Amino acid sequence: MEVIYMLIGFSLLVALIFLGLFFWAVRSGQFDDQHTPSMRVLFDQKSSDKKTNNQKHRDE
Amino acid sequence: MSSSTLETFHYDNDIVRKFGVASLAWGLIGFIVGLTIALKLIWPDFLGFIPELSYGRLRPLHTNAVIFAFAGNAIFYGVYYSLPRLTKTPMWSQMLSKIHFWGWQAIIVSAVLTLPFGFNTSKEYAELEWPIDIAITIIWVIFGINMIMTIMKRREKHLYVAIWFYIATFVTVAVLHVVNSFEVPATLLKSYPIYAGVQDALVQWWYGHNAVAFFLTTPFLGIMYYFIPKAANRPIFSYRLSIVHFWSLIFIYIWAGPHHLLYTALPGWAQALGTVFSLMLIAPSWGGMLNGLLTLRGAWDRVREDPVLKFLVVGVTAYGMVTFEGPMLSIANVNAIAHYSDYIIGHVHNGALLWNGGLTFAMLYYITPRIYKTKLYSVKLANIHFWFATLGAIFYVIPMYWGGITQSLMWKEFTSEGLLQYPNFLETVTQIMPMYGLRAIGGTLFIIGASFGSYNLWKTARQGSFLPEEEDEAQPIIDPAAGTTEKWHRRLEGRPLQFTALTLVVILIGGIVEYVPTALIDSNVPTIASVKPYTPLEIEGRDIYIAEGCNNCHSQMIRPFRSETERYGEYSKAGEFVYDHPFLWGSKRTGPDLHRIGGKYPDSWHVRHMYDPTSTSPGSIMPAYPWMFTQKADLESIPNRISALRTVGVPYAEGYEELAMRDYRAQADDIVNGLKQNGFGEIEGIEITSDSKIVAMIAYLQRMGIDIKGNTNPWDDLPSNERLRANFKPQVED
Repeated sequence: MEVIYMLIGFSLLVALIFLGLFFWAVRSGQFDDQHTPSMRVLFDQKSSDKKTNNQKHRDE
Repeated sequence: MSSSTLETFHYDNDIVRKFGVASLAWGLIGFIVGLTIALKLIWPDFLGFIPELSYGRLRPLHTNAVIFAFAGNAIFYGVYYSLPRLTKTPMWSQMLSKIHFWGWQAIIVSAVLTLPFGFNTSKEYAELEWPIDIAITIIWVIFGINMIMTIMKRREKHLYVAIWFYIATFVTVAVLHVVNSFEVPATLLKSYPIYAGVQDALVQWWYGHNAVAFFLTTPFLGIMYYFIPKAANRPIFSYRLSIVHFWSLIFIYIWAGPHHLLYTALPGWAQALGTVFSLMLIAPSWGGMLNGLLTLRGAWDRVREDPVLKFLVVGVTAYGMVTFEGPMLSIANVNAIAHYSDYIIGHVHNGALLWNGGLTFAMLYYITPRIYKTKLYSVKLANIHFWFATLGAIFYVIPMYWGGITQSLMWKEFTSEGLLQYPNFLETVTQIMPMYGLRAIGGTLFIIGASFGSYNLWKTARQGSFLPEEEDEAQPIIDPAAGTTEKWHRRLEGRPLQFTALTLVVILIGGIVEYVPTALIDSNVPTIASVKPYTPLEIEGRDIYIAEGCNNCHSQMIRPFRSETERYGEYSKAGEFVYDHPFLWGSKRTGPDLHRIGGKYPDSWHVRHMYDPTSTSPGSIMPAYPWMFTQKADLESIPNRISALRTVGVPYAEGYEELAMRDYRAQADDIVNGLKQNGFGEIEGIEITSDSKIVAMIAYLQRMGIDIKGNTNPWDDLPSNERLRANFKPQVED
């Protein structure tokens, strides 16, 4: 049954990696803006997507 | 914005197309193999009794093809399309992309070339043998490097939530795969895990559960968060919820694994922990599901017309159903009924066909017209595909639910006298045969749908012109701090305390990797004095059992329920498995549990049963194994296997390799002579020889679960008995 301590160790390790990433994300302002990221993903591709509102958005 | 700082770059559509084609092609093959084994459960002699096409060998091929070839390539398809567009930069290295693609396909081909030929580890969704395990690690890391470097070079400072899901996928799968693959090679294509019995079971299901979580769930959630907003042209319902969804999901998921081992020898607190975390999982899972569906508010009219949205909606709905079932199945009372039954097969196909399948086909219908600069060839045909897929899944899943519960309740049914109502296991199998038939119809419908889909996509590609490189432009990140690799290291160097702490963590990981295997091996001392290692003949029999995939239909773990002890015998104890490398507890009972099969029937019964199961059990759907009578056992590698098993902790005396063959012959001759005396020197004109596979198989079957009874020592009659006993660890001596 000793292996369970190893598994808990590896699980904690993964959790710690994620915790570190989480703190990095919060500190570097990844989650400061919770509105525009969801909008920005909708606008892309200059060449294949020449809708006018896209261009307008990009030039803002 | 001054346009002078705009940078122009090109997305690599070629690699996207490659992964898409691979996913579709392997998917069709995986589905057809699935249908084949479904038909084999209805007509066991379907395709004849050819070793390479037997149920036990094809089932791992089916699961591996669908998980790693169909869903795996689909993940990369989604990541290689969405990640560059989200980070406004092409994938970091086209070379690594190519190595990743061809490496992954080579791994799949090697699975096709090993699993049907009996090379497998028996561990579910980790059946591939050790050289392929190493290849998987290398290719996975290449994918990770390519992805992380792309993120480092990004032109968009904000990491969209989908990217977080991709990162979690890479990190966790890497750890899971490596930890579950600690094994010692015996030959080029045969290895033994360093873990034994209960330990092996724990590691395997920690892996198995999290493989579902981080291979079939998180990457597809990332895909959901990219493709639903894109296809609906609406922002995600709540970006805040998506962030909460991500972090809560990954922190909870990894602790839920023990729910695969309820009512086993796992400590109670660990089982309880697994159940609690599994129940908690419903919150983030449903949060994510609702976030996806609510994105379509005000756009539901478009779902009526757009096949991409249809597949996305049914996929996310299936995700909601599956993630409701999961926590419910983790409750002990429910688990007692559903575990080992076909209910679980229904549960996983609900996820695989509709969630993974639905999202994959949605991506194919979304991306293909875009990279071919055209419209979908036929929306109508895609809608037909959608209905075939949905109805196919329903016809698959509901009969499995129905059959699973029916059979499980029959296993548990007692008469008013307190006897088993259905003492003959076969009776509970024939009862649900109509459900197996309906399931095959469901699978067929799904495949017909997928074929329509393939034709539609092919015609779409034909009518368009492929755009291998797609131009885009964006500003580089102005903040010099973001995206550079130097800064964090510089900062760390200025902080000795943090630096020391981090170094310590790294050393600790190294220590765990170095020390734990040894500690584990030492901890495998038998707690039951009468439990002995397997004899050379039994090792060969056990390895044949693994090669034939017997564990795909037979468990070796009797739970402490009266309905099980009445049917099979004494419930299984942790101490009985200390020499089991790997554990063979199984997860599904299409046939009865075998842990107490040893001594239950005479050798001659096994001869007749393995040659033709219906001769002893009329109506049996077990395949016949005529080749076990004609094929020779692998005698040459026995010494190597003994050494490898000693390395992982089985206490064979030093130098026993030289004596092993003498013991092998003695035990095999004994079985053959016994058979001859009972008139079974041959069957249907085939002479049973001591070096045939069947003799080794019988030896293993007769050994199973008898040690605990303590009245026989399997080593007693063997020539090297004395020397061996002297070298067994003191605890073994009684």
